[in-house]
Amino acid sequence: MNREKVLVTDLTKSFGDLLVLDKISFNVAEGEFLVIVGPTGCGKTTFLNSLTKILDIDSGSILLDGVDVDPGKQNLAYILQEYSALPWLNVEQNIAYGLKIKGFNKELVAERVEEAISMVNLEKYRNYYPSELSASMLQRVVIARAFATKPDLLLMDEPYGQLDLNLKYKLEDELLSLWQKTGTTVIFITHNIEEAVYLSDRILVMTNKPTQVKTELINGLPRPRNVASKDFVDLRNQVTDLIKWW
Amino acid sequence: MTKTLFSKDSRETWFYGIMGLLVFLLVWQAACIFTDFGRIFPTPGVSLSAFFHAFIEPIGRYTLLGHISISLRRVLIGYTLSSISGIIIGLLMGYSKLAHAIIYPIFSIIRPIPGIAWIPLAILWIGIGEPTIHFIIFMGGFSQMVMNTMDGAQHIDMELVGVAKVLGAKESQIFRKIVLPSSIPYIFTGLQTSLSTSWMAVLAAEMITAREGAGWLIIAGMQTGKIENNVIGMISIGAVGLVLATLLRNSERRLCRWSVRSR
Repeated sequence: MNREKVLVTDLTKSFGDLLVLDKISFNVAEGEFLVIVGPTGCGKTTFLNSLTKILDIDSGSILLDGVDVDPGKQNLAYILQEYSALPWLNVEQNIAYGLKIKGFNKELVAERVEEAISMVNLEKYRNYYPSELSASMLQRVVIARAFATKPDLLLMDEPYGQLDLNLKYKLEDELLSLWQKTGTTVIFITHNIEEAVYLSDRILVMTNKPTQVKTELINGLPRPRNVASKDFVDLRNQVTDLIKWW
Repeated sequence: MTKTLFSKDSRETWFYGIMGLLVFLLVWQAACIFTDFGRIFPTPGVSLSAFFHAFIEPIGRYTLLGHISISLRRVLIGYTLSSISGIIIGLLMGYSKLAHAIIYPIFSIIRPIPGIAWIPLAILWIGIGEPTIHFIIFMGGFSQMVMNTMDGAQHIDMELVGVAKVLGAKESQIFRKIVLPSSIPYIFTGLQTSLSTSWMAVLAAEMITAREGAGWLIIAGMQTGKIENNVIGMISIGAVGLVLATLLRNSERRLCRWSVRSR
């Protein structure tokens, strides 16, 4: 087991009288691919937004490398379900965006952009604007932007939720390949159980609101994974049973 | 599909445009020949001849080009000032809740007042002269500029702001790299609308406080009974307005190449 990268303790968040997150505690190891699943509407996105300090939390603590998480000081990246490429920047500029915000020098920005753009095979489209790209290309741009910053922690909120199955499989494989190359720590949220079993090192199963961690499952299936294998199907069914609230 | 000057689409657009213009001129000509309209209004031929003649023969103190240049200069001064201040105040009101709370009540009162309604006060405050005309044009375009820019700054995609925040963007970076570029298409809409209202304002101002300019041509034509001068003034305004609007549209295409609207 690698050293502890993220430690969340008693994370609590409510909106008025509605308690959404109820004393959530878990940890993530460095380089781990953690997938969080739960029933629809259980507050997964609120959970990620609290984790990144987009939302203020009521109580609890979130430590990254032993200190309170702070996007201004630490290197985080966030990929959303919605296409979050900036419409006024072309592919190259979008990938450079995070690096420029973090104040990297020009040479390093150029070098990282080249590296990231080739990782997602968008070299030919470097001057295209988001409105000229397909859905999968858009999501690749955002993934390249995230990986270009070599984040300490990458947060992904159902990034492939809007894509069709073929594209989803393709991008999932690309993501795994990038993750294996870079060793980035990933927290990935999804409601798709097959996706969770395919990608994860570990699966955190959440309850309905007020959300708590119901249980966690270590996913030791060998990679690359075969979605039709008995072990894969068994684990998928196990997660499905855990999520059932009916 | 992109339209080029010689593409089939473009040729058709030009063809229908020219046909529409010809029909308009024919109806005008027919109205002058067959109705009483001809007794008070010049035919298209007479009007166009007077229009071209005015480039050589002065009307009042200047030729037509002189009058157009004077009006254009006035518009550009008032319009530039109203655009710059409108963009700044619009961005402030759209992005900062505090600025919105302070400025919006006053702005809401000023907004519905048309530029020309300021003429008496402007004369009283500043007197008759160029600054008064600039002020009236300023007031004519200012509200449109503020409203559109504010709209742009208020309609930023919060997901993009969230992504920028997680990447570590400071407030100033969010403003420069998200709010400002997001607002640009709205700013261009404001610039287009404000350009039209600025022309309206210059005409009104010149009709009352000037002795030259396209607006003065119209009022002088009416006062001297030379309706063709009136028409010359109107054609000039239409032509200059068209050129300015086209220039603005081309700038938008260049600056907002990313926006679907600008294609």
